[in-house]
Amino acid sequence: ITAECAVDAQSLISISLRKIHNSRTQRGGIKLHKNLLVSYVLRNARQVYMNEKYAEIYRMQQYEEVMTVCNEIQELDPLDVVSGGAAADECEDAGVAEQQQCCAGGMAGGQASLCGAQPCSLPSAPEEACKTSETLFYRSCCAEPYPPPPPSPCDFSPAHCNKTTVLDLDTHVVTTVENGCLHQDCCCTPLQPCSSPSSKKRKVSDYSGCGYYAPELEDVSVDPAPCKRAKLEDCCSDCLVDLDTANISNLISIFGSGFSGLVSRQADFEQAFNGQFCSKQALASLGAWTRAIVAF
Amino acid sequence: MAGAGGGGNDVQWCFSQVKGAIDDDVAEADIISTVEFNHSGELLATGDKGGRVVIFQQDTENKSQPQCRSEYNVYSTFQSHEPEFDYLKSLEIEEKINKIRWLPQKNAAQFLLSTNDKTIKLWKISERDKRPEGYNLKEEDGRCRDSTTITTLRVPVFRPMDLMVEASPRRVFANAHTYHINSISVNSDNETYLSADDLRINLWHLEITDRSFNIVDIKPANMEELTEVITAAEFHPHQCNTFVYSSSKGTIRMCDMRASALCDKHSKLFEEPEDPSNRSFFSEIISSISDVKFSHSGRYMMTRDYLSVKIWDLNMENRPVETYQVHEYLRSKLCSLYENDCIFDKFECCWNGNDSVVMTGSYNNFFRMLDRTQRRDVTLEASRESSKPRQVLKPRRVCAGGKRKKDEISVDSLDFNKKILHTAWHPQENIIAVATTNNLYIFQEKVN
Repeated sequence: ITAECAVDAQSLISISLRKIHNSRTQRGGIKLHKNLLVSYVLRNARQVYMNEKYAEIYRMQQYEEVMTVCNEIQELDPLDVVSGGAAADECEDAGVAEQQQCCAGGMAGGQASLCGAQPCSLPSAPEEACKTSETLFYRSCCAEPYPPPPPSPCDFSPAHCNKTTVLDLDTHVVTTVENGCLHQDCCCTPLQPCSSPSSKKRKVSDYSGCGYYAPELEDVSVDPAPCKRAKLEDCCSDCLVDLDTANISNLISIFGSGFSGLVSRQADFEQAFNGQFCSKQALASLGAWTRAIVAF
Repeated sequence: MAGAGGGGNDVQWCFSQVKGAIDDDVAEADIISTVEFNHSGELLATGDKGGRVVIFQQDTENKSQPQCRSEYNVYSTFQSHEPEFDYLKSLEIEEKINKIRWLPQKNAAQFLLSTNDKTIKLWKISERDKRPEGYNLKEEDGRCRDSTTITTLRVPVFRPMDLMVEASPRRVFANAHTYHINSISVNSDNETYLSADDLRINLWHLEITDRSFNIVDIKPANMEELTEVITAAEFHPHQCNTFVYSSSKGTIRMCDMRASALCDKHSKLFEEPEDPSNRSFFSEIISSISDVKFSHSGRYMMTRDYLSVKIWDLNMENRPVETYQVHEYLRSKLCSLYENDCIFDKFECCWNGNDSVVMTGSYNNFFRMLDRTQRRDVTLEASRESSKPRQVLKPRRVCAGGKRKKDEISVDSLDFNKKILHTAWHPQENIIAVATTNNLYIFQEKVN
């Protein structure tokens, strides 16, 4: 796709969604032709966006291998800050950088998919855990709602920290969108580790989070925990900085209702928008050009 | 050659008239949405967003002298469509006139079809220049006379009166389209016509309003699989069994109604392969065809997409015989044009009387004349500044980049709110009607 006027895929996605949303209230009814054309732009932008993310993930995977080595070096001598310092510092800087990017917004940063499932060294004691050297990666505090995370200086109970995880069934890429508010707080204190009793395997097809998942996904072992829809909107509105936040719930509802939602009656649209979008039926009827699951 | 309807760049175009309000504050209802000459060129109809039709008539008194310019004056104005509300779907139906098509004249009256998104109407426009006077049972003002006062009988006679033009709806063709009507086209048999919406084309008989035949249906079983819509349709000018329809994917399908009742299978498919080096986020949008028009000869057809005009030979399906760039300098601006919705503008195009020149609109109130025989093109502007009587229009140039020459306008200075979507060419003479947002400009060939 030829580059033009410094447009990036994400802003196009945002603009396109806004257009689709606005078309619902346009006089004369939803214009099928225009919405079809907008959906093509959406598809094109999404393809570019996913390609970029693939590239990013590939780069991060290579990076992760480096970091794993750092981690192993660290574990060899956990109390010896000085000796492992040099390596740890590098890792920590990178870790901080990464977690900052994480917190900047799941989709925007492009790193968020890694936030949720990084192996993290388990601190033996909270005091030690707070040492700089121990912090390699910022571990998502809400990776595991069950069981509750062990007590740590920073209390990341699930109630405070919410996360929306999106899995694309076409590409099996996980995107995690964190609750920016609290997450920002966490990020601001990079020395605070978060820990989890079990580290999830860094498998692309995995995802963690509370909520709903489509039946097709066999290999995910997670206990869905119901989260309120209000929280979802909180999540979304806080963390997706680059996307038009007012439209994120629309994004989900539009994806959920598929293309047919554009031409069905207004009533259907209202229904999709008002809360039916998380139903199995709605998700099962997703358009071919995007298949996203929202866990909330 | 006067009267041949030809001329491209040998022709110098002069301002003749402008119709519409002068002030810059445009009322939305006044936005012109369609322009169409009738078959003789004597009448010029416009439709607007407010659902009104205005018909202008060429002043024929001085036509015998070629030196004199003929003017178009208002002949009739009427409200064709009103806004409606579909209670079932909670949708408002716009009264905007999408298309007007004239019927060939059969008697003293004129007939035209006008359509909004859902309903087509057949209007009869007739003149009345005399009225009966001298009734026995009623007064001149219509009141009934007291029968006891009548002592004599008289025969009513017709007396001349001021010309009155009446428009009356003769047929209403409703409830046949689920999606928005984009085209109507009268068949050469003068008995039937087609109407096309995004997914279907219906065939009507002009006399029958309660039934229509569905001849094309591209709605997929599952709307999730929708990939293209119908954007325009037209009957062949001479072959009453043939019509074409264009799609949002840039293809044109020609159908033969003799082949089967449902013309889902095309008899010809006109498509040009996409140039992969031009691929962008907006490739699908700019390849969508906004208008298709047969040439008067019936040998060619013209299509308009966002950036170009293509002429197709009906005997060659794999590529157009001619391609003209309308405003190629916009290719690098597609992103902004997408943001401000201009990329969705549907430009129309038209042929001159002898199919030697085609015309289409652009932005900044520019319009383009593309001469097929001389392979030359010119850009002209419809503006109040160039509206002195008989003022010759000066060619305009757009500077795509680099150093701007004198008299050139740079792409960034173009006013994208001033767009010419609708143009029409007199079927016999070098007279053109160009619609800006709310004004109708009439230009004529310069005569000595």
